[in-house]
Amino acid sequence: MKTNGANLLRILLERQGIDTIAGIPGGAILPFYDALHRSRIRHILTRHEQGAGFIAQGMARVTGRAAVALATSGPGATNLITAIADARLDSVPLVAITGQVPQALIGTDAFQEVDAYGLTLPITKHNFLVRSAAELMDVVPQAFAIAESGRPGPVAIDVPKDVQNATIEFEASDLPEPGRREGIAACADAAIDELASLLARAERPVLYLGGGVIAAGAADLARELAHRACAPVVSTLMALGAVPPEDPLFMGMLGMHGTKGTNQLLEEADLLFAIGARFDDRATGKVAEFCPRATIAHVDIDRAEIGKIKRPFLGLVGDAADVLRRLLARLEPAPRPAWCARAAHLRAAHPLRHPPCVEDPLHPVNVCRFLGESLAPDAIVTTDVGQHQMWMAQAYPVRRPRTFLTSGGLGTMGFGLPAAIGASLAAPGRRVVCVSGDGSILMNIQELATLAELDLPVAVVLFNNDHLGLVRQQQELFYNRRFEASRFHAAPDFAALARAFGIRGVRIDPLAGDPLGDLAAALAAPGPCLIDVPIHEGLNVLPMVPPGAANHQTIVETSTREVAHA
Amino acid sequence: MPEIRASRDVPTASRLTVLELRVRNHPGAMSHITGLFARRAFNLEAILCVPDPGDAGATSTMLLGVADEPRLEQVERQLEKLHDVLAVRQRPDLPADYFMGLLRPAPSVAG
Repeated sequence: MKTNGANLLRILLERQGIDTIAGIPGGAILPFYDALHRSRIRHILTRHEQGAGFIAQGMARVTGRAAVALATSGPGATNLITAIADARLDSVPLVAITGQVPQALIGTDAFQEVDAYGLTLPITKHNFLVRSAAELMDVVPQAFAIAESGRPGPVAIDVPKDVQNATIEFEASDLPEPGRREGIAACADAAIDELASLLARAERPVLYLGGGVIAAGAADLARELAHRACAPVVSTLMALGAVPPEDPLFMGMLGMHGTKGTNQLLEEADLLFAIGARFDDRATGKVAEFCPRATIAHVDIDRAEIGKIKRPFLGLVGDAADVLRRLLARLEPAPRPAWCARAAHLRAAHPLRHPPCVEDPLHPVNVCRFLGESLAPDAIVTTDVGQHQMWMAQAYPVRRPRTFLTSGGLGTMGFGLPAAIGASLAAPGRRVVCVSGDGSILMNIQELATLAELDLPVAVVLFNNDHLGLVRQQQELFYNRRFEASRFHAAPDFAALARAFGIRGVRIDPLAGDPLGDLAAALAAPGPCLIDVPIHEGLNVLPMVPPGAANHQTIVETSTREVAHA
Repeated sequence: MPEIRASRDVPTASRLTVLELRVRNHPGAMSHITGLFARRAFNLEAILCVPDPGDAGATSTMLLGVADEPRLEQVERQLEKLHDVLAVRQRPDLPADYFMGLLRPAPSVAG
């Protein structure tokens, strides 16, 4: 058949199984949009390219498969960058396709020309500047294979307009096989034997789960291992949902906002088994004092992560599911009643401190717990970044993998709403709740228009304290209460704003008889909505380890309000 | 490339390790490699890149002079992750002053 590069790109994406693309058109990508006109691919028109990037991320985080975001050259490409960088740090498979000025104009400072290849180079797993229509045959399947293989991540494809317009002739048999996830070599049996013997010899083992456990589909195996070895489990932000919070061995999130008991348990551990985790500074605190008594075993699919921060006694490069399956096959049950009791004691002795529901129903911890009680177990929650995100991580019971989508590594405010739209597109029929803050939501508020257009069952629950709360908290704790640029002196009426976008908007009255009941009623009504929940402005997320301090130096209580509630 | 040298650790020639890379030969490969050194604050002292004979210019061999610091292993692993890098190995057979020996002063024209 004879066609052009844009149409070939459309065919290759269809063959990849792509059914939804989020993006915004513009001059340099218009030939491809013309090709989409004939396609069964559904295009989601966003109101900002960053929204398109995060909608694609939402789809990818729910399915584990690479999703596509689309933008034009110049500002279209630069607007995508934050979402690409975010995908890189959280290992999310994403294929970002941008238009580029015609090759003859590259390097001339042409209208809407920017070096998208150069800009995406440090924030992608790999990137391509396509120089001919024929190259698309290799580039597109490769891009998907790279995005999904090994440690997943973003791939950028920059396609000059003349490449999209170029005529190409090929037979159907010339079309390449779709790019697929390629497995990695299994690690040696001897290493698994050694791991099994380390675990068997340990008296106080702890499993430290990272996002790699969820990416590998190894959550059930990790939980089985925890019970077989009687090893308590700590989780990074990215691994929440791998082990349900009801599990007696689950100790919650470790690190900066982990409970004192969780970080104390790590002080006492004699074996730390890290699975798909990368010893991020928010998890380890001061690295030199992290798990001081523990031998470290580390399994990761990315060889460069082994020993990057902490040199393990035993490092295994492999797929977490494969390693855990083989490990379980040779591991006898090992009851460690004293250690399990110690974990249970630490968990019970150091709960989150918050006032009871009857006294302060809209305390953020109570709202998070209430959401956990009222949402179905398969509901998907996204968050933005800030205090509300950490309260959710601490208090919301994430029961299943891929139901808690949050920007962990990059910490991007503005992630939540578009990610929720993407999650809803990928999981039709399920309730999706974006928990956000009054700072974060304004960073991608324009996507309420996209949401109104799509009429998806996405609810935004806004923790509104008129502040950049986590900034305010750090200024209170570490900058001698010099509050600079952390308070909003003018705030929109968020419920009215939602209505202006054509979405149901509700403001919860904190003085009403049953504000949580009002919240439940607002959530129960069908369709998209925004629920503005007023939160006390002086509250801190506690415990908190000061940045750079060791995890045992955690701050448990601060202001008079916290003490009064403790 | 002084701008990508981490100022906290200025190496001397005697502590240079030579890494040999086989890379895909296309216009972006060099950017990927130098960019990796820059953003991870690894020291890169010297670069030599020559197209491989015999494969129609599809690959090149690159020799990198890298400060022999504790993070060398991490440097190698990060390089291996680059899609355009096909193989990485150390060249202990090459002396630390290998690159200096390649530099020839231009012939003087002033007489």
